[in-house]
Amino acid sequence: MILKLVSRRLLVSVLILLVVSIMVFVATLLLPGDPAQAVLGQQATPERLEALREQMNLNDPVVMRYLSWLGGLFTGNFGYSAATAGPVSALIGERITASLVLMGIAAVISIPVGIIVGTYSALRRGRFADHVATTTSLVLAAMPEFVIGIVMITLFSTTVFKILPSVTLAPPGEPVWNYPLQLVLPALTLVLVVTPYIVRMMRATMIEVLDSGFVEMARLKGVPERTVILRHAVPHALGPVAQVVAIQLAWMAGGVVVIEFLFRYPGIGQALVDAVSNRDVQVVQAISMLIAAAYIVVNLLADIVGIATNPKLRTESAR
Amino acid sequence: MSTNNTPTDMAGSAIDDEVSSAPGLFRRMMRQKQARIGAVLTGIVLLVALVGPLLLPWATGFTSTSFSGRPFQPDGIFGTDNLGRDILSRFLDGGLRLLAYAALATALGMVVGVVIGMAAAYSRPWLDNLIMRSNDVLLALPQLVFALLAITVLGPKGWVLVTVIGITHAPRVARVTRSATASVITEDFVRASEMYAVPKWKILLKDVLPNITGPLMVELGLRMTYSIGFVAALSFLGLGMQPPTADWGLMINENRIALTVQPWGVILPVVAIAILTVGTNLLTDSLARASANLNAGE
Repeated sequence: MILKLVSRRLLVSVLILLVVSIMVFVATLLLPGDPAQAVLGQQATPERLEALREQMNLNDPVVMRYLSWLGGLFTGNFGYSAATAGPVSALIGERITASLVLMGIAAVISIPVGIIVGTYSALRRGRFADHVATTTSLVLAAMPEFVIGIVMITLFSTTVFKILPSVTLAPPGEPVWNYPLQLVLPALTLVLVVTPYIVRMMRATMIEVLDSGFVEMARLKGVPERTVILRHAVPHALGPVAQVVAIQLAWMAGGVVVIEFLFRYPGIGQALVDAVSNRDVQVVQAISMLIAAAYIVVNLLADIVGIATNPKLRTESAR
Repeated sequence: MSTNNTPTDMAGSAIDDEVSSAPGLFRRMMRQKQARIGAVLTGIVLLVALVGPLLLPWATGFTSTSFSGRPFQPDGIFGTDNLGRDILSRFLDGGLRLLAYAALATALGMVVGVVIGMAAAYSRPWLDNLIMRSNDVLLALPQLVFALLAITVLGPKGWVLVTVIGITHAPRVARVTRSATASVITEDFVRASEMYAVPKWKILLKDVLPNITGPLMVELGLRMTYSIGFVAALSFLGLGMQPPTADWGLMINENRIALTVQPWGVILPVVAIAILTVGTNLLTDSLARASANLNAGE
């Protein structure tokens, strides 16, 4: 039963990814002008233009171009950048790692913090600490990510305290983690954006679980409160929270764009914004596809977690 | 600012029962302290954004695009910006367009989403499936990426921003509408209307729509909050409102290089956007509590 559901969900994801790739590809066809001209510029000779057109497969029918573009995505050939006149893969290769590092740090911090704060807030329901946690997460959840980022910069980098760098200034080619101080503010901003949702979900489910019969039963049996919470309550609350966590991770794939731009962080988000400003279509296509793929995969994982932690489905498969 | 989960938190709201009509919903909402705080915060920023443009150049002596001095000088109340324009003038003039774009995008997304959602819930299963699966495809692209793709192709124009943000909202609204509609169309009064052969569109408009206002209002507030952040973020990236337009998002982008020298050009718009989004979110949150309590009584 679980296997069937998961494989069906997998198939749907592949289909969606395919449709998204068609949408992303069609976007280029709508753009006026010759992509080869865009890469080589106005002074290009007709021979060079023709050669590049041949190389970019521009003379083929649209369907063939789509298929070869799609094939290129799997073999690491993402097309040519009009701005740098080089292959896209060279442009975004290192940036993918940099973005993953940033998102990884944010995830590693925000998930446990969110769960702990949410649990604590639920245990102190109605008290002062709970009010502080609820209000803070409500305020943080409302604000756009760049607003939180600017506030962080004002507080820690420019106006109030001057202790952290506000921009990432690593020489090109050098990995970002060689400069841990420069990672602090972008990662912190990402954490502040993502954590409130985890806190809110954890608090809501914990409150529900704490009021349930089995927790009351455990208490009546005389199980120590510590064990009641850690062994009985928290594991039950983690199922729904896992889904929210996955949704947040998926969101990060897109949300990291603004934060990278704000801190001039050398990741794919920054590359995407630059490419959009230059109308560098093949770069935009490649990065959009990457982000969409990451988004779809994480959402798929979220659903699988949801299916796997659903006790109804588990008992059905045991039968 | 994530798009997939509602900032609602039903726990902890304890409001006694009352009549379940739309005015009752608003009364219940405003009885909560956080709703009143939200209304005040939203009201302040709305006032600045709506009245601000009317005060120029009478109040500050400059229009939002005229040059008042050299760049980043402490002239006037809040100094000058990166091109030597008066920051207060630009601030007063910079909120209206942001609000208008966000409101238009929200309205577009709500109308399209509600129509699609209600149609899906109240049509044959295969059509319902088709609509909801195409919905899933649109949901599979992060909103920002979708917007950036559209801007690359069509350019950063006002109608592109409004349309693209509206379109990215629509499938999310449609999902909420569909599930709300699905629970209403099995009610007896809808069955009764069907027996009298009332046209389907009339049933949806007269019988179903009034009964799903609660979740729709919550969705409206949520979408408005996101739209504001979205329009501001795109302008901040330099891909929304274009210079020399005065706009809060764009102001942050233009002036952030001089945050240490002349912080007001960044702080004023940032604070305004923050207050506005927190205000609308507080309102939405209390609306959701009020609405959840109403529906719980059913």
